[in-house]
Amino acid sequence: MPIATVGGAISPKVELRGLHMRYFSLEGETEALRDINLSVAPGEFVAIIGQSGCGKSTLLSLISGILKPTAGAVLVDGKRVAGPTRKVGYMLQQDYLFEWRTILENAVLGAEIQGAEMGKARTRAKELLTKYGLGQFLHHLPRQLSGGMRQRVALARTLCTEPDVVLLDEPFSALDSQTRLALADEITEILRREGKTTILVTHDIAEAISMSERVIVLSRRPGQIKSDHSICFPSCAGRRPTTFQARNAPEFNGYFNTLWQELEVHVEG
Amino acid sequence: MSKVELMAAAGASLQYREWLSHERRARLSVRGAQLALLLVFLVLWEVLPKAQIVNPLFTSYPSALWPTFLELLPDTPRQPGILTHTWFTVFATIIGFTAAMVLGIVIAAALWWWNGLYKVLDPYLVVANAMPKTAFVPIFYIWLGATLSIYGMSLAISLFIAILMIYSGFQGVDPNKIKLAQTFGATKAQVLTKVILPGSIPTLIAALKVNVGLSLVGVVVGEFQAANIGLGYLIQYGSQIFKLNIVMTAITILAIVSSVMYLAISWLEAAVMRRR
Repeated sequence: MPIATVGGAISPKVELRGLHMRYFSLEGETEALRDINLSVAPGEFVAIIGQSGCGKSTLLSLISGILKPTAGAVLVDGKRVAGPTRKVGYMLQQDYLFEWRTILENAVLGAEIQGAEMGKARTRAKELLTKYGLGQFLHHLPRQLSGGMRQRVALARTLCTEPDVVLLDEPFSALDSQTRLALADEITEILRREGKTTILVTHDIAEAISMSERVIVLSRRPGQIKSDHSICFPSCAGRRPTTFQARNAPEFNGYFNTLWQELEVHVEG
Repeated sequence: MSKVELMAAAGASLQYREWLSHERRARLSVRGAQLALLLVFLVLWEVLPKAQIVNPLFTSYPSALWPTFLELLPDTPRQPGILTHTWFTVFATIIGFTAAMVLGIVIAAALWWWNGLYKVLDPYLVVANAMPKTAFVPIFYIWLGATLSIYGMSLAISLFIAILMIYSGFQGVDPNKIKLAQTFGATKAQVLTKVILPGSIPTLIAALKVNVGLSLVGVVVGEFQAANIGLGYLIQYGSQIFKLNIVMTAITILAIVSSVMYLAISWLEAAVMRRR
């Protein structure tokens, strides 16, 4: 991955500058995000946590370019994002596979929309699906696959277009808890190995700590950055632990308690 | 292979085989009941007029249909044969529902593309759909002439419901699938062709099912007024000369025609759904 340096510092892969977002409706306006400033370095894995309705998903939609901010700017590789770009891949909360397409046809959807060379895209999609253990399901239909398998197809669909930045919007929320843990581990591993810059949005504190190296806490609406924690595990001797190792590391509980307090979780009603 | 097929292949348990044969018997008894119902209807239709409980002049009987059919089969100097009548009605119906489907998809796509257009036209579409289109039969005859007025009625009766059904199918496509396409930078045309249209196939088939029946209604009603050929015309003609045999034979052929069209669409539906 090319890493440009400006004045000795690594220039950020993704940069959010004074981002504001308001939604308008006839009933009134809603301020979803207020003055978000954030830099994500190339290859960094950042988790953003916050309670439901704090604007986490909005933030990802802004970075992906499918929403335009009311004020401020999103920069990827120093260039202002004006619409969806090929550099950014976005994984939504559910797989949203098209039930009328086979697994392989689903995996190449992005490439097809972007007008990429389809022969190459198909080869890459096959490679990815095979790597994720779906090699024998290429010509199956989505309904024949389990939830975890479907989400892996969604990952292949995202990575098939070879984005540098991957946005994950609670990608495991629709899965049962065992599949969730296994897939979180698998996907973290894949994204690290491929050197992707990753921004994960979740309300699951444990997931955020175990997957990422930096956790950002958003306040309640309007979402503002409340704190920014670097997650490291000295007990793992400088090596990045797997998500399972991270959950068992002695530092885990300390992070968990800090973040839990920051989130100010109250049971409503 | 699904679990069920695997089980069946690997020599199923006794309980499973019992369950299967129970299921089969249940299916057979439904078919049997359906057949019995048809038989009861035909027997009553035959016996009641024969016993003079109802006036046979008004109802004819099933046993009179086949001779009447044979009698109507050859062309005569005054009339073409009954198969020609049937073909004209079927042909006009095919034109009617094909036009309704094509126009319905095009117009629904336009309404989807320009939401403002939908907002403006919505009340008119709803009213147009609720209108009794058969009221226009005489006017269509004046405007369009004999043949075109039949196609016109067939189209008029099925078009608005087609537009409304297909549009609501477009609206029913999961917005998250659209969002997904947009994350890859999909244009509006790509969203339409790659998400909306393929995602609406079940709706299109449902609309087709409704339209085939409605188009046939439109054709027959149009033929009452305008035609000198077709099953609608034959019904009108038969009733005018008080030959209920002709009317009932034409109506029975209509029943067969609509069953065949329904079966054709069910087959199409099964073929499409197997892909999903």
